[in-house]
Amino acid sequence: MNLSWVLTTLVFSPLLGIVVLAFMPKTQEKAIKFVGFLATLPALALALAAYAHYLAGKKLSDFTIGHEWIQFRGMSGDAPIFSVYYELGLSGFQLLLVVLTAVVATLAAIAARYVKKEWKGYFMLFLLLEVGMLGVFTAENLILFFIFFEITLIPTFFLIGKWGYFEKEKAAYSFLIYNGLGSAVLLIVIMILFAKTGTTNIDLLTKIMADPSAPLSGDLKLGLLISLLIAFGVKLPIFPLHSWMLKVHVQAPPSVVMIHSGILLKIGAYGLIRFGMGIFPAQFETLATLIAILGVINLLYGAFLAFIQSDFKMVLAYSSISHMGIVLIGLAAMNEAGIQGAIFQVVSHGLISALLFFLVGVLYERTDTSLIENLGGIAKGMPIAAGFLLAGAMASLGLPGMSGFVSEFMAFLGLFKELPWLAAVGTIGIIMTAAYLLRAVLGMTFGKAHREFIGFVDLKGVEFVPVVVLTALIVLIGVYPSVLSSPLQATLETIMLGLGG
Amino acid sequence: MSFDQFQSLNWSIMTPEFIILAVIAILVIMDLFMPKHMDRKILGWIGIAAILAAMVSVFGMAGGHVESILHDTFRLDSFAIAFKLLILGGGALVLFLATSYKATDGLERYTGEFYYLLLSALLGAMVMTSSGDLITLYIGLELLSIPSYILAGIQKDRLNSNESAMKYVINGGISSAIALFGMSYVYGLTGSTNLLEIAGQLSMLMDGQQAYLLGLSFLMILVGLGFKLAAAPFHMWAPDVYQGAPTPVTAFLSVVSKTAGFVIVVRILLTVFGSAATNGPGSIPILLDMQNYLAVIAAATMIIGNVVALRQSDIKRMFAYSSIAHAGYLLVAVTTLTSNMFYSIWFYLLAYLFMNMGAFAVIQVVSEKTGSTKIADFAGLYRRSPWLAVTMGILLISLAGFPGTAGFIGKLNIFVGAFAGQPHYVLASVMIATTVVSYFYYFGVMTQIFFRPAPAASEGEGEGSKFNLPFGIVVVLIVAVVGSVLFGIMPNIALDFMHNNLDIVQDFFS
Repeated sequence: MNLSWVLTTLVFSPLLGIVVLAFMPKTQEKAIKFVGFLATLPALALALAAYAHYLAGKKLSDFTIGHEWIQFRGMSGDAPIFSVYYELGLSGFQLLLVVLTAVVATLAAIAARYVKKEWKGYFMLFLLLEVGMLGVFTAENLILFFIFFEITLIPTFFLIGKWGYFEKEKAAYSFLIYNGLGSAVLLIVIMILFAKTGTTNIDLLTKIMADPSAPLSGDLKLGLLISLLIAFGVKLPIFPLHSWMLKVHVQAPPSVVMIHSGILLKIGAYGLIRFGMGIFPAQFETLATLIAILGVINLLYGAFLAFIQSDFKMVLAYSSISHMGIVLIGLAAMNEAGIQGAIFQVVSHGLISALLFFLVGVLYERTDTSLIENLGGIAKGMPIAAGFLLAGAMASLGLPGMSGFVSEFMAFLGLFKELPWLAAVGTIGIIMTAAYLLRAVLGMTFGKAHREFIGFVDLKGVEFVPVVVLTALIVLIGVYPSVLSSPLQATLETIMLGLGG
Repeated sequence: MSFDQFQSLNWSIMTPEFIILAVIAILVIMDLFMPKHMDRKILGWIGIAAILAAMVSVFGMAGGHVESILHDTFRLDSFAIAFKLLILGGGALVLFLATSYKATDGLERYTGEFYYLLLSALLGAMVMTSSGDLITLYIGLELLSIPSYILAGIQKDRLNSNESAMKYVINGGISSAIALFGMSYVYGLTGSTNLLEIAGQLSMLMDGQQAYLLGLSFLMILVGLGFKLAAAPFHMWAPDVYQGAPTPVTAFLSVVSKTAGFVIVVRILLTVFGSAATNGPGSIPILLDMQNYLAVIAAATMIIGNVVALRQSDIKRMFAYSSIAHAGYLLVAVTTLTSNMFYSIWFYLLAYLFMNMGAFAVIQVVSEKTGSTKIADFAGLYRRSPWLAVTMGILLISLAGFPGTAGFIGKLNIFVGAFAGQPHYVLASVMIATTVVSYFYYFGVMTQIFFRPAPAASEGEGEGSKFNLPFGIVVVLIVAVVGSVLFGIMPNIALDFMHNNLDIVQDFFS
């Protein structure tokens, strides 16, 4: 059976929703929200079907698709100097991220029930954002990747700037400018690679770079890798390029933060692994110590600052920085355990932060605050929500049996093997993680109550869907990690091969 | 020249020019005999029809051989055809804007002139694309410039408009003089005004000392034409002129005049200085030797255009600086001199035509409604007219160069060119960094449109705050958005047309 239509349909299916929404009257709040939610389902169904396809033991390369698209020519009659193809494909790693994206997007569409105004515009942008994200993870060449990457910028800018909280415009701008600069650096890297090798296909580039007769000097490659590190470092974010991300996490509406923290930050990790490590393995090795140090700084900086925040959203924002440090630590280890840990952390943090930010949205909706102090004693009024909040926090601090543990454990296992001293310093971060999360969550659930929570409605109805689904996935990965590790096997082998050679 | 000789010339290659010329004559006569109070809009529609007819005839010429008449002063090559299409397309859209423009401040007395002066300027630009001789090139330039000076000041009763015309005529005159002085050196050295003949002679130039003279002439021509392009540091006139001129004229200056400016730059620099040897035959041409000067101008233009645009509170001034910045991007393509250069410039100008024309259409509608051109007037546009707001959003995204739009593909072409061959890392980095800077002001307008509430006064007007879009504006907006998106997603349409019909590189030097 020819399956090459699957990815195109998967990536562009949300557009259908945009078209339907365009013809709906803008006052029908319920119908718009329902259509917006429905529009995320085809992508989810196809993503899960692709996963089932993989589980059935069939090849993921069945999905690959390629067409000629943009060309650059010199004299007429000549063959094109450069061609850019429309190429989509899936590897195990990409498959996981696509499934993660589809799941979080659907759940975030549910979370978008809290949107108060202009639902139509909101969902149209939201669905466009989903197209961008799915495209980023399935693109098989750098230019296509870049295009989808930029497509995520515009809707996010508007979603933050229009539907966010008090300082939304400032947050939207700093998002746009930081990410714009990041993508500018990325574009330069892509264009240099393109001009030097004549291709932007990622697999081809990997092969060309592995060839010692490649038309690039070692210094240039190192320069390109450092540029990539900066470009994706903005996205991840790596200290000191993180300040925009704090603003976004605090100001953006909850469902956008679910997407942002759950998926968009992961584009940075994905880029570093797929392009940084994949295309420039030898140079990555040179920078490994630096990356490990950056990772430890991220981990500790995030953790220490999270400890003193009074706003729960800020705690989670710093916690994201801290957790992305673990991704860097895992990558810097340059061994199988480390890289696997990093990828696990990418997926696991995506689920956990989506869960926590959804709960923040639930609480904010009812109490109009996200300050830890004001939420003290919430367990009395909303026991179920408080319970899930605690579960999310436990997963985040790495309680065994949940996804956070597996990823942290493996990432540190990897680094202890290579750079034990640095890893030892890093473990302080793990302790701090437990400290700040427990301080914040316990302060909220069982802390001193400053107000009566009687009369507040606990989680109800459709709100259970995101919470239960995310918690279930977190536990599933925790107790049965091979849902992640088996699709990753092939990807890891390729990367290790690159590193070994 | 006897009459037989005169007749034997292949005049058919000038068909598009003749169409425009004839219609100008007809319009002048019609204007003369029409009753005083009759609506002159009909003249605009005739003008549009003429431009479309000329476009059809240009299309018909695509794919033919290079032909020239009148001692090679007028040549029809692929370069001419490609850029004539742009100029005519831009001219048609400007006329659509002009027919929907509310004539005030003295313009109401000259609506007839308004249309045929626009057409005369257009004719000048067309002659420039086709000229194979310094004299026709200069005549075309002046034929474009002089009606433009009048057009800028056609709103006689408005102070801004007068200021605009005054500044434009003085700066334009000086720059023409400087460029002409530079050209005189070239003529002095070669004794010819024919571009190809000059090129032939200069490539055999034996005396290295004379190359210095040519270098001087290169710089003078560059300065003179730099004024025309509004390249930094010769851009000072642009904001005042753009702000003061009536909106359709601003659109004309920013799109058609700019296209014509690049035509003349490419014609002169490439044919004359692209072949002039620096040090005896076979040595590197002056253009390559002087590449760094071009690069500095390109970088300065991008930086100044984009950075100063940040501080503007008037939308037309902002677009003036934005158009300076776009000239900078185009100069990058001129500087890098790859075989892809013609196509890059052409495509960028095509994309620029769509996005800028559309944006000016929106500006015209909004400023007519509010009576001023402040950026703050766009506040709440999304509430008042969602379609207009989304249209402007798409055009701004294209101007900022985001993927999915023609603006992105245009930048990509130039960008690839900067790395193909001799890589220009610094120039490319400046280009990309200033592009990010441009997000600030393009998105600043979007912030007003989408995030800010409409001012209370217009909210209260109820139905009155709605926009009614004249037919001409609707046409421009549809063409602009469809063009921006279509060429953003399927750029190969333009590429295939170019490569199947027009072989610019081949034609240009033969």
